[in-house]
Order: sequence, then structure tokens, then C-alpha cells
Amino acid sequence: MTDVDVIVVGAGPAGSCAAITAARAGLDVVLIERGPFPGSKNMYGGVVYPRILDDLIPNWWEEAPVQRWVTRRSTMLLTPTQALTVDFRSEAWGAPPYNGATAYRPDWDHWLAGHAEAAGAQLITSTTVKSLIRNQSGAVVGVRTDRPDGDLTAKVVIACDGVNSFLAKEAGLYEHTDAKHYTLGVKETLALPKEVIDERFGVRDRHGVDIEILGGTGGVNGGGFLYTNLDTLAVGVVLKLPALAAQKARPEDIIAGLKRHPAIAPLVQDGELKEYSAHLIPEAGLEMMPRMVMPGMLVAGDAAALCLAAGIWLEGVNFAMASGMYAGEAAAEAIRADDLGTAGLGGYQRRLSDTFVLKDHRKLRRAPKLVLSDRVQHLYPGMVAGVAERMFRVDNPHPKPGLRRILNQERKRAGVRRRDLLRDGWNGFRSFG
Amino acid sequence: MSDTAQAGMLEPHAWGGLSFQERMATAEFRIHHTPHIVVDGTVCADCSTRECVVACPASLFVPTAEGGIVFNHEQCFECGTCYIVCNREGAISWNYPEGGHGIVFRRT
Ligand SMILES: Cc1cc2nc3c(=O)[nH]c(=O)nc-3n(C[C@H](O)[C@H](O)[C@H](O)COP(=O)(O)OP(=O)(O)OC[C@H]3O[C@@H](n4cnc5c(N)ncnc54)[C@H](O)[C@@H]3O)c2cc1C
Ligand code: SF4
Ligand code: SF4
Repeated sequence: MTDVDVIVVGAGPAGSCAAITAARAGLDVVLIERGPFPGSKNMYGGVVYPRILDDLIPNWWEEAPVQRWVTRRSTMLLTPTQALTVDFRSEAWGAPPYNGATAYRPDWDHWLAGHAEAAGAQLITSTTVKSLIRNQSGAVVGVRTDRPDGDLTAKVVIACDGVNSFLAKEAGLYEHTDAKHYTLGVKETLALPKEVIDERFGVRDRHGVDIEILGGTGGVNGGGFLYTNLDTLAVGVVLKLPALAAQKARPEDIIAGLKRHPAIAPLVQDGELKEYSAHLIPEAGLEMMPRMVMPGMLVAGDAAALCLAAGIWLEGVNFAMASGMYAGEAAAEAIRADDLGTAGLGGYQRRLSDTFVLKDHRKLRRAPKLVLSDRVQHLYPGMVAGVAERMFRVDNPHPKPGLRRILNQERKRAGVRRRDLLRDGWNGFRSFG
Repeated sequence: MSDTAQAGMLEPHAWGGLSFQERMATAEFRIHHTPHIVVDGTVCADCSTRECVVACPASLFVPTAEGGIVFNHEQCFECGTCYIVCNREGAISWNYPEGGHGIVFRRT
């Protein structure tokens, strides 16, 4: 006999969704969170894509703690003195069923965990899981917490303990981990009156903006972001760990550099710092993913490196919510069939493989490396911005040069070899195509 | 060794009118007296690369004049950057704080 059917470790988006599906399947579920409330330990850039919740929480948009609906999405390429922006707007994204929304994680995670409790899961906060309990054959049969008499046994443990997942590491599910698989995200939340944000970003009501930035990280490989909340902005950078250490540039100085950029400064000016925060991202996708199924345990969300970080996309919450949902369903399936081994729990891997969770990762498997590569990071922004500047500059009395000539000259000026450009172009086409 | 990081540590360089201390004061930390991260100064004494000093977003690793490192756990984001960038065995022993303690990002 075990204490409960399922223990879910971590009440982030993965854990709460796992607890919802497992509890709704009639199981006895405990959801353990080390923070004083769900979301208290969690930060991110700021945009969730909750389409996956349509079945789980019908009409979620009527109750979810949303800051703004993203109706404008920009991708910005920066050099120290130039900016090239591709800007897309859609009115459709500002009305049900919506697309993406900015939200604060302490609000979002707290809200989702409320649904887990409503489904019957028992939420235990302020409790850190210290290790796994395993039987003689190595199967996971419970967890050890930092509470007095804190051992708890279960038929299935679902590890949703985030990017550092000590549970997946303890179980040996990661073959190896390497600093190059991680990026550090640091963020400033800046207060500004709603009207000022509306005016600066050209939006109204609850409409908001998502800007992804390439370049502007002061020589450290990575990227930046700028999102609008109702009356704050989220501005931050995502930095490749080995590059950060090697460049000897401090994270807060890199944000300061981004905020001083001529294209960003007018947008963030006078914003008062409300909160500074930091968190890691498992950036390498398939290259780093651990095994996610073992006897008695499933791993979901960032704990399984399921975050999709591919340059113009930074999506982790939807991947966490989906993988959590599937893990809860698969745990219920295994318990019904009374097979807690890898075969009985195998429905989890199947669900991941058959849905966007692993399909997107497979399709974009080359993207993380390409986007963080030295040429894309350090040479191409200058080349592309150079081409734009030449196209739009009027050099009278000289006639306009042809595009082919400009391309060639700017390529050489940026120090890009033709065959590298062709290879990366082809790679990019294959990565995103 | 990063001169700017060191200078920043000793005399908080104010840009945007905000010192590093003021920046850290915007986040809430429920401090537990037992450090969840312990740094072995004897290992650090031989380390010339000092990745932690540059990369820790909370700037908690401070080089000393004697060539060592002092570490204070109190304003830690629990991000994991330090143990991942440090590649010297035994320098950092890293755990999460007791349940309910450490960084708390605020609800609105
Ligand atoms: C800077 C930055 C920007 C990002 N931007 C976006 C974005 O715009 N959109 C997006 O979709 N994604 C974004 N992401 C990614 C996204 O935040 C993650 O993919 C997502 O949070 C993963 O959810 P999770 O539930 O797997 O893990 P987490 O959200 O990390 O949740 C893990 C939970 O487990 C708890 N926990 C951990 N260990 C234990 C333990 N031993 N005992 C008890 N509890 C424990 C933690 O306290 C936490 O609550 C960003 C990430 C960062 C860092
Ligand atoms: S913690 Fe690691 S990187 Fe930092 S000084 Fe010590 S040995 Fe060097
Ligand atoms: S966990 Fe993060 S914030 Fe804490 S000491 Fe390490 S690097 Fe600094």
C-alpha cells in the first residue's frame, strides 16, 4: 500500500496540469511545491500561449489572470546604432479564443494550481522534495521531503521540478549536462502608467506587444525581449552561459546596454524598477533531453528540457502544460492497468511523440544551435542592417545601387564568407521550413 | 579576472540612478539562517577563471583582496547558474533552501 496514488513534484505549469488530469481520472494526488505559494519561485519573459488549455479549462480566457492579449508581435534585429524590425499585428488575437497573453507567473501558476485543487489534488506548499525513494529494483516508489516524518510513497511520481531537476538527475535520466545547454534569463519589470504604455507601443484596451530581439546583448551570444503588461514592461536578456562567463560581462550591465539602445530607450524611458529577477532556460532542445519514463516515474516540463527556445520562438509554459497533462493521463492509465513499469507508463512517451510537444522539437531541432551560433549572433545583424540602410539611404547624385551589389558589398564588409552564408541560409531554411 | 565586476562589487556603480543593492532590494527574499549553497574557499583559491563572479545574476560571489572568494546565500535567485558554470569539482555544494524560504516573486 502506498500513501497516495500520484505525487507531483513542483506546482509550476507542468505540475499543476499533471495534477489536474491525474485527479480528474479519480486518483489520489498530492502536489508538492517548495515555495510558499505556487509561482513564487518562477519567472519567465512574459507570454503564454494557452491554446492547449481549451479542453482542460474551457473558456479559460474568461478567468485566467491575463495582463494583456498579444495583438502585435515584432522581431527586432539590433546593431549598436541600427534596428530592423518586422512587425505583425492581428486584431483577431485580441478577441476570443485569443492567441498569446502576457501574464505574471506568480499569478498564472497560482491560478492553475487552484484548478488542480478544485479537481481534488492536495496542494502542499513550503515543502522541498530532497530525494527519491526507490525500491530494490530501482523503481521510484516515493519522495523524501524536508518536513519532519516527510517520507511519502506513491504508485507514480511525476517530476515537474523545473530546469535544475535534481530528481531526473538523481535517477540518472540525463546522460550528461553541459553549461552550453543552458541560457540565463535576467529581467527587469518596469512600472509605467497604462496610458504611457498604450501610447508608446501603439495599442489600446487590453491589447499588448511582444518584441523578440536579436543582437543588443553586448557581444554575449543570446537575445533580448520586451513585453507589455498592463502597467509594467518586462525587459530582459537571455544569455548563453559559457559566453557570459567568457565575455566577463555582468547580466545587469547587458540589460542596461539593451535599455540604452536608441531603438529601445524611448520605449522604456522613466520605467521604475519594480522587480529584478533571474532564472535558467534549458535551451538545447533534443540535444539535451533526458529519458522521461522510468519505472514509477515520469518527467515533464523544463525538468525534461521540453522548453522550446528557437530564436523567434521562446515557448516553455505551453510545452510544460501539455507535457504535464499527458503525464497525468499516462500515470492514470498505468495505475488502472496495474503496470507501473516503463511499458505501463509508455503512454506518456507516445503522447509526447504524437503531439506538438516532440513534433515541434524535431522540426526545429537545428534552430537553437543556429540561432546562438557566432555568425548569426555577431555578423548577420550588421550585414542585414547594412543592406537595409543602403536600400533606404538616398545617395544623390549617385543612382540607386542594385540589391545584388549591396548584398555582396555588405556581406564582405561584415566579414561573412559567401559559402558560410549559403550554408547557414540553407540550414535556416531547413530549420524553420 | 573581471575588473568591472570587482569594481562594481566594492563601490556599487550607479547607472540609471540605481545601485546594485537597490536593484536586489526590489526582490523579496525570505532568508533562512542555514545557507543552502556552500562554497569551499580552498578550491576557489586556485581558480583563475572565476566564472561565478561574472555570471551570478545576484552578484553573490565576491573576490577578496587575499585572492579568495566570499559567498553570501541571502539574496539568491536559486537559479543554478553558479554550479553549472563552475567546473571545479567540490567548489560549490548546491541545494534548494528549506521549503517556504528563499526568493519569492510577488503576486499582483
Ligand atoms: C527569462 C525567461 C523567459 C521565458 N520566456 C517565456 C515566455 O515568454 N513564454 C513561455 O511560454 N515560456 C518562457 N520561458 C520558459 C518557461 O518559463 C518554462 O519553460 C516553464 O516555466 C516551465 O514550466 P515547468 O512547470 O516545467 O517548470 P517551473 O515553472 O520551473 O516549475 C517548477 C516548479 O517546481 C518547484 N520545485 C522545484 N524543485 C522542487 C523540489 N525539489 N521540491 C518541491 N518543489 C520543487 C519550483 O518551485 C517550481 O514551482 C522563459 C523562461 C525564462 C527563464
Ligand atoms: S565557485 Fe567555481 S568558478 Fe567560482 S571561484 Fe570557486 S572554483 Fe572558481
Ligand atoms: S543560484 Fe543563481 S543567484 Fe544563487 S548564487 Fe548561484 S548563480 Fe547566484
